[in-house]
Amino acid sequence: MLEYEFMRTAFLAAFLAALVCGPVGWFLVLRGQSFASHALSHVGFAGAAAALLLGQPALLGLGLGAVGGGVAIGLAGDRLVGRDVTIGLVLSVAMGFGALCLHFLTHSASSATALLFGDILGIGSSMLGWLGALSVTCLMALAFVARPLLFASLQPEQAEARGVNMRLLDILFLMIVAVATAQCAQITGVLLVFTLMIAPAAASLRMGFSPLLGMGVATLLALLEAWLGLVLAWYTNCPTAFWIAALGGSVFIAASLFCRVRGS
Amino acid sequence: MPSSAVQVAGVTLLRQKKAVLDNISFTVPAGSFVAVLGGNGAGKTTLFRTLLGLEKPSAGQIWIEGQPVQKGRMPIGYMPQVRAMVAAQISGWSTVAAAQQGWKWGLPFYGKQARADIDAALAAVDAQALAQRPVGSLSGGERQRLMLAQALLDNPHILLLDEPLVSLDPARMRETAERIHTLARDRNMTVLMSTHDINPLMGLMDHVLYMAHGKAVLGRVEDVMTTQTLSALYGAPVEVIKAGNRLFVVAEGGGASLQSCMCMGHGA
Repeated sequence: MLEYEFMRTAFLAAFLAALVCGPVGWFLVLRGQSFASHALSHVGFAGAAAALLLGQPALLGLGLGAVGGGVAIGLAGDRLVGRDVTIGLVLSVAMGFGALCLHFLTHSASSATALLFGDILGIGSSMLGWLGALSVTCLMALAFVARPLLFASLQPEQAEARGVNMRLLDILFLMIVAVATAQCAQITGVLLVFTLMIAPAAASLRMGFSPLLGMGVATLLALLEAWLGLVLAWYTNCPTAFWIAALGGSVFIAASLFCRVRGS
Repeated sequence: MPSSAVQVAGVTLLRQKKAVLDNISFTVPAGSFVAVLGGNGAGKTTLFRTLLGLEKPSAGQIWIEGQPVQKGRMPIGYMPQVRAMVAAQISGWSTVAAAQQGWKWGLPFYGKQARADIDAALAAVDAQALAQRPVGSLSGGERQRLMLAQALLDNPHILLLDEPLVSLDPARMRETAERIHTLARDRNMTVLMSTHDINPLMGLMDHVLYMAHGKAVLGRVEDVMTTQTLSALYGAPVEVIKAGNRLFVVAEGGGASLQSCMCMGHGA
């Protein structure tokens, strides 16, 4: 399996995505913003489809679309009545726009499937470089905001009273989520970003680790799920995204059962 | 330390053209323990948020220890009203630790001194046993102790406590009030504690700040909790009845809001 370069590249790409998905997903689950990451991936999908239509790299459109969506949601803040409804509307409109772009995208039909469900085996070395750069950027940005973000997530009123700029923090975090989403979508596709970003983090939080350890465990679980998904896909000829999703769900259920047995 | 901890002069705060705080003025002496009373919607939380610089008054001035209010840069420990904790599986220690210089950029690493400060804050509210338990498994009163520990971090000179006694049984109310009073006395802190029930604070508080319809009056219990003062504050006939060592505020002819009567009916 590892004698093939595309498999080695896929393992590296999964490693880079897991590095980011663990801690970013941990904060997403902690803050109850899982749905926002799902919406951002869909907005990114519209951007990617538009980029392909214009002859530009899909990752560029995906990243710009998701970051734009993240900034918009962050700026809207709590002024929007029924923020989840708004996110849902944005999500469906973005998907509709993406479908329209793909309708006119006659020269690259396989791109639609790759965008929606990921194409980890199709990642080239230049893309790997981009994913590496995005990982470093994301992790550095998250390391910068982690402390106030944790405070604001656990105790927003106190954080605000102590001078934390909640709006700025929200926007910065959603921008980080957007970049992570664009990166993760290369592995799982926009429809299954949840699997690598949310499932490992939810399992880690369920087990009640301290914040830094919890982020580490989420990263480890994301890495194991991604790599094991690749191995299983190799031997079963089923899509990698399917195996990652199945493993993510299984790990969360196992974590929940473990906690129930332990009595926590 | 300045002689006045909090000085409020002619503060008005408008929200959708309605005065939530209506030209209020008072001065809280340093080191005093003040019960902030009033029914729902009286403006207690808004007053606290204004003292913290989170709400900007339409008119008037506020000084904290002689300095104009600056958001996030004041020696104030704030305990907001208890709500559901978002992270049920996070331990009590981690929850309190998040407030340890939580406004600083960077990773949430805690050095030896920071860990000692967090442990000391937990010990001050007798919450060491809660440190390793997930906050989701704690009772309302236990969570309040954790939030009080958060408020004590960084050695504040002033504590703003928003309804710390809510949802506690009467015995726990008194116990919590005494704990806060002891802490304040030992650390020479000024305390403003909002509450619906004055009874657990009897014998502990130095002053009462009574709020109604955006107005406020500060004074000693025997001066504020009178028929004359509260009637003037409500702008309607209100009767203060003393039964034993308890006080009841009763509306005459439905002039005062039923809620205000009910909340004070618990007693003082």
